Amino acid sequence: MIKFTPRRHLTGGLRLPAHKAESTEAPIRKGPLPARLILSTRQHSGDEARPVVSIGQRVARGETLARASDSNGADVHAPAAGTVIAIEPQAVPLGNAVSTESCIVLETNGTDTGSALPLPSITDQDRIEQLTRAGIVGLGGAVYPTAAKIRLARTNSCELLIINGAECEPYISCDDMLMREAPAAIVAGARILMNIVSASRCIIAIERDKPQAIDAMTSAAEEAAIEGLSIAELPSIYPAGGERQLLDVLATTELQSNRYPGELGYLCQNVGTARAVDKYFNHGEPLLSRIVTVTGNAVVNPGNIEALIGTPIRELIEACGGYREKAVRLIHGGSMMGFSLEHDELPVTKSTNCIIAATAYEVRSDAKEWPCIRCGECSIACPARLLPQDLLLAARAQDNPLLETLSLAECIECGCCDVVCPSHIPLTQTFRQAKPAFRRYREQKSFTDAADARYQSRTSRRSEAQQEAELQREALKQSLSSSKSEEIQAAVQRARARKTASPKNDN
Amino acid sequence: MLPGITILVGLATGLAALLVLAARILGEARESAADAIEALLPRIQCAQCGYPGCRPYAEAIAAGAEEINRCPPGGDTTIRALANMLGRDTLPLDTSLGQASTTQRAVIEETTCIGCNRCVEACPVDAIVGLPQRMHTVLSEHCTGCELCLAPCPVDCIAMVSRYD
Repeated sequence: MIKFTPRRHLTGGLRLPAHKAESTEAPIRKGPLPARLILSTRQHSGDEARPVVSIGQRVARGETLARASDSNGADVHAPAAGTVIAIEPQAVPLGNAVSTESCIVLETNGTDTGSALPLPSITDQDRIEQLTRAGIVGLGGAVYPTAAKIRLARTNSCELLIINGAECEPYISCDDMLMREAPAAIVAGARILMNIVSASRCIIAIERDKPQAIDAMTSAAEEAAIEGLSIAELPSIYPAGGERQLLDVLATTELQSNRYPGELGYLCQNVGTARAVDKYFNHGEPLLSRIVTVTGNAVVNPGNIEALIGTPIRELIEACGGYREKAVRLIHGGSMMGFSLEHDELPVTKSTNCIIAATAYEVRSDAKEWPCIRCGECSIACPARLLPQDLLLAARAQDNPLLETLSLAECIECGCCDVVCPSHIPLTQTFRQAKPAFRRYREQKSFTDAADARYQSRTSRRSEAQQEAELQREALKQSLSSSKSEEIQAAVQRARARKTASPKNDN
Repeated sequence: MLPGITILVGLATGLAALLVLAARILGEARESAADAIEALLPRIQCAQCGYPGCRPYAEAIAAGAEEINRCPPGGDTTIRALANMLGRDTLPLDTSLGQASTTQRAVIEETTCIGCNRCVEACPVDAIVGLPQRMHTVLSEHCTGCELCLAPCPVDCIAMVSRYD
């Protein structure tokens, strides 16, 4: 039983023009070996990794350049042999913005042989640790360290592994091409991941608009004959590939808003991540490269490139034939959730899944914003089942308690509400801007709530202790008065008489 | 005429009584004014307002007996929120009261601490641990920065530092 039929449909979402045909005509090209590679020490969601090389040091291909500083990190490796020429802060695209991170600049010597690396010696216990050492993070774009995700899923007895090949966002086709060209590697990676988390089932989710990928994956899965492995065809609705949206459709239990999939025993991994896992455990190669879609009307030959991490984006565009005309906007990521880049000298990071060099024709015009007419289209389109028009009012008023009631934290910033809004209100942008203050408000609230709880418990403990002491004193008094012998009474009498005779001075 | 009026008045009275009864039985417990005010206060129990805790201060405000500018850790944000809810005018913070703040936390200089246990007694949120005659320490993630431990310390070994350092 290789086909898995989802029982539920996605809520909301949109059918968008895919724009994927341009970049899926040619097979994946091998990326150039640039003269300089810029490797950010933070290519994951945790803190910066600590550099373990010094300036001037010669490094081999696959050598560790920086080590993860906490359990939410991942190591960074040298994608090619070369010399470290600088460790300095540079702007890099990561997650959903460009940020300045400490980067290791590597001068390559132009002789990247791509030679085989020694296989890691692995015992069963440290396979999760090995994922950190291999620098493997979620390659869907969020770069959440795979090891951290697996740890959470394992503590909650992971039942289902989902390999995410939905790739719903327009323009991006790197997962599609990877599934067409390396289905066996993805299945092998899925098998390793299933093994690590001891999941009994694995679903590879692919959108229906990728028939070649579905065929390739199906035959690879049939060949591998892994028990519990199935393939699910999803309708091509944006954002079907969101982690929560996938779980909504594929999982049996519903995911509450404030929980992570791992807490319910689900593990979601991108197809690229599965392939990276296979590359490391079966071929000894840590995460040195990733597939990047280079597309947009301003590029001569759009396509997918297996690019070394740290390659300047300019080199990728040159490898695709350069610019056909001036790009009015250079976008990192897809057309819905991506963000603009200032220039093309920025390096590829582990989160770079797509680069769009867009012409004026492709860029959504910045139409004039009109007042909300309460048509409700945004609520219908919202895949997180939120009420964007109410959220907008609350966000503009900075009413954090109301934002809490309307679950702002649930917003995945997919941009569906922006697309359908007839008044061209920049909803997603407003929500994104409201989030930092909202997060601070939530932190402060949980802090004071905890302090309040501690204060209440202390107060009640103290009053209980006081009552108990009172009771004990009472009991002592009782026992004394009942067992008072005449002698004691006489002594008490004497003392009282003395007290009345000479009243004690208060001072 | 008269029977009509009697019937209508009777009906109105009867239905009103029914409504009142229903509200009593089915209605949610209304939040008292003091509860609502307390929820707006920082609730770190620093007592710098002159009341022994946030609850007594909230009750005093609810009774109309106290100004709304006596909460140093809440600062302008709390004053604005209170003014907004109570329909009073905003006032500048009474700066003579103190400077407790949720952005700070206490640290004990452990080499100086003599283990007198007085700060443990003073801490409203059980954020200080230590036995008599032994070194004490502050559980930094629970410390609310209320400064109540500063005064009782006989050797001045407690200092306030920024929470974010």
